[in-house]
Amino acid sequence: MTVRSLVRPAQYAALVCYILFLGFPLLWLLSASLKTSAELNSLTVSLLPREWHFDNYVQALARQGLVRSAWNSLLVALSSTALVILISLPAAYVLARLKGLVRASGIGWILISQVFPVILIILPLFLVLRTIGLTDSLVGLVLVHTTYTLPFALWMLQGYVTGIPVDLEEAGAMDGGGRLEVLRRIVLPLLLPGLVATAMFAFVSSWNEFFFALVLLQSPENYTLPITLKMFIGGEGKVALGPLAAGSVLAAIPSIVFFSLLQKKLTGGLMAGAVKG
Amino acid sequence: MRTLSSKDPTKGGRTSSPGGPPTGRRTPGHRRPRPGGMARNRRREAAALVMPSLLPILVLSVAPLVMGVALAFTDARLVRSPDYELVGFENFTKLFDNGFFWESFRIGMVWAVSVTLLQLVAAMGLALLLNSGLRLQGLTRVLALIPWAMPPVVVAIMWQMIYSPNAGPLNAVLDGVGLPGDINWLGDFTTALPAVIVVGVWVGMPQTTVTLLAGLQQIPDELHEAASMDGASAWRRFVDVTLPSLRPIIASITSLNFIWNFNSFSLVYVLTEGGPGGRTMLPMLFTYLEAFKNRNIGYAAAMGVVLVTVVVLLLALYLWSQFRQDDKGKVR
Repeated sequence: MTVRSLVRPAQYAALVCYILFLGFPLLWLLSASLKTSAELNSLTVSLLPREWHFDNYVQALARQGLVRSAWNSLLVALSSTALVILISLPAAYVLARLKGLVRASGIGWILISQVFPVILIILPLFLVLRTIGLTDSLVGLVLVHTTYTLPFALWMLQGYVTGIPVDLEEAGAMDGGGRLEVLRRIVLPLLLPGLVATAMFAFVSSWNEFFFALVLLQSPENYTLPITLKMFIGGEGKVALGPLAAGSVLAAIPSIVFFSLLQKKLTGGLMAGAVKG
Repeated sequence: MRTLSSKDPTKGGRTSSPGGPPTGRRTPGHRRPRPGGMARNRRREAAALVMPSLLPILVLSVAPLVMGVALAFTDARLVRSPDYELVGFENFTKLFDNGFFWESFRIGMVWAVSVTLLQLVAAMGLALLLNSGLRLQGLTRVLALIPWAMPPVVVAIMWQMIYSPNAGPLNAVLDGVGLPGDINWLGDFTTALPAVIVVGVWVGMPQTTVTLLAGLQQIPDELHEAASMDGASAWRRFVDVTLPSLRPIIASITSLNFIWNFNSFSLVYVLTEGGPGGRTMLPMLFTYLEAFKNRNIGYAAAMGVVLVTVVVLLLALYLWSQFRQDDKGKVR
C-alpha cells in the first residue's frame, strides 16, 4: 500500500522534470528577448527580466535584413505550399483509390524518400540549378522546397482521401454528373480539413528550412529568415543578443501557431495513412 | 524540358500496362467487369493525375541522386567552368586514407546512436506519463510539440544562450548549487559533443513521444488488467505487455530517428559549425565543407556515397534482427 501511495508523487515529479526540460529553454529565449543589453551581459543571471523592455523587438524589426528576409521566407513558403497542394492533390487521390502493387510501390517510395540522403542530392542539384541560372534565386528555392515537401504531403493527403468512402462517389455518379463534377462537389469539400492541414505542414517545412537555403542563396537580399538569423550570430556577437532573441521569437511564432492548430490533425493524418498503408 | 515531358506519358503508359493484368485478374471476383476501353481510359486518367507529382520528383530528386552517385567517380570541382573527367575509384581510395573523414564518421555514429537511444528512452517515459491520466497533460502536450515546430536555427540560437559560459542559466544554476559554474559547454573539447547531443534529444523527442503515445493508446486495457490480476508488478507489465505490443512501432521510429539524426545538419551547423577542433564535425557538415568551401564536389559526392551505403547497411541489419525476433516470438 505504501508503495502505491508513492507512485503518483513520483510520476508528478517526473512530469515536472520533463516540463522543465522542454519549457525552460523557451522561457529563457522569451525572457532574453525582453532584457536590456546591460542585463544580458551582466554576471547576475535571472530568469525574469528586471523590467519588460520591448526595444529589442523594435531594433530587430528596424534591421532592413530581417524584414526583407522574412518577406522572402513568406514568399517562398506560400509559393511552395500552393505548388505542393496543386501538384499533390490529384496524385494523392489516385494513390488512395488505387489498389495492389501500384499503391504499395507508391507508398513504399514515399517512405523511402523520407530518408533520402540530402547531401548526395544537393551536389548535382546545385550544378543543375546553376546551369539554368536558378541558384541564388528564390524561384530555385521554391522548386527545391516543393520537391522535398511533396512526399510527405502526398502521404498525408492520401490518408485523408482513404477516409472518404468510395460509395459516396459512386452515389454521386449515379445522380448523374461527370467524374470531375463528382470530385469537385463531393470529394473536395470532405477533403478540405485535410487540405488545410497539409498546407500548414508544407508552409512550416518551408518556413523553417535551412540547409537548401544555405547552399543555394548567396546574396543577402535573397536570404530567407533562417539564414539571416544565422548571419546575425556570426557577425555581431554579444552586442546583438537581445535583438537576436527577439528576431528568433518572431521567426518561431508562425511555425508554433500553425503547429498547435495542426497538432491533432497531424497525428491523425499520420495514423490514418499508417493504418491503411 | 519539353522533350522530357512529352516522352514521359508514353513511358508511364507502358509501365502501367504490365501492372494491368493482376488488377484485371482480381476485378472479376469482386466487381462487375469493365470493358477494356474504359479501364484503359481510367488508367490514362490516373497517369495524367499522377504526372505533375512524378515529374518534379524525377527531375529534382531521383535524377540528382543518380547524378550524385556518378559524380563520385569524377574529379569535379565547384568552379565557374566545369571541366571534369572520370577518375574511377580514385576518390574512394583517397577517402579510405582520409583520417579526418573517418573521425567525422565516428563522431556522426556517436551522435546518431546516442541521440536516437536517449530520444527513445526519454520519449517512452513521457509517453507513459501522458498515458496515465495525470494533471498538467494539456500543458505537457503543447510543450512537447513546440520543439518539433521551431526552426532549427532558432533552436540552436536558444541553446547557445542556455550554454553561454558567462551569462548562461546553466552555469548560473551549477554555480548556485556549488558546482563548477564556468564551463564553456560548446567550446570545450570534452563537453561540446554531449552538449550538442542534449539539444538533439530536445528537438527530436516530441515526434517520438507522439508516435509512442499513439501506440500506447492502441494497446487494449484488457491486456493490462489480465496481467495485474496475475499479480504482475508495474515493471513486469511494462516488459511483458507494453513493450511487445509496441515493438513494431519502436522498430520503425528508431530506424527513422537514426537516419534523420545521422543526416542532420542545420542544428549542429548553427550551434558549433563542427567545432571546437572538429569535435562536433558531423559527417554531413564535413561533406558540406568539402563541397562548398574546398570546392571538391566530386570528392564530396564520394563521401556522400560512403555515408549512404553504411547507413543503409546498418539499417538493414537492424530491421532484419527486429523481424527475426518477431518470427521467434511467433514460434514460441
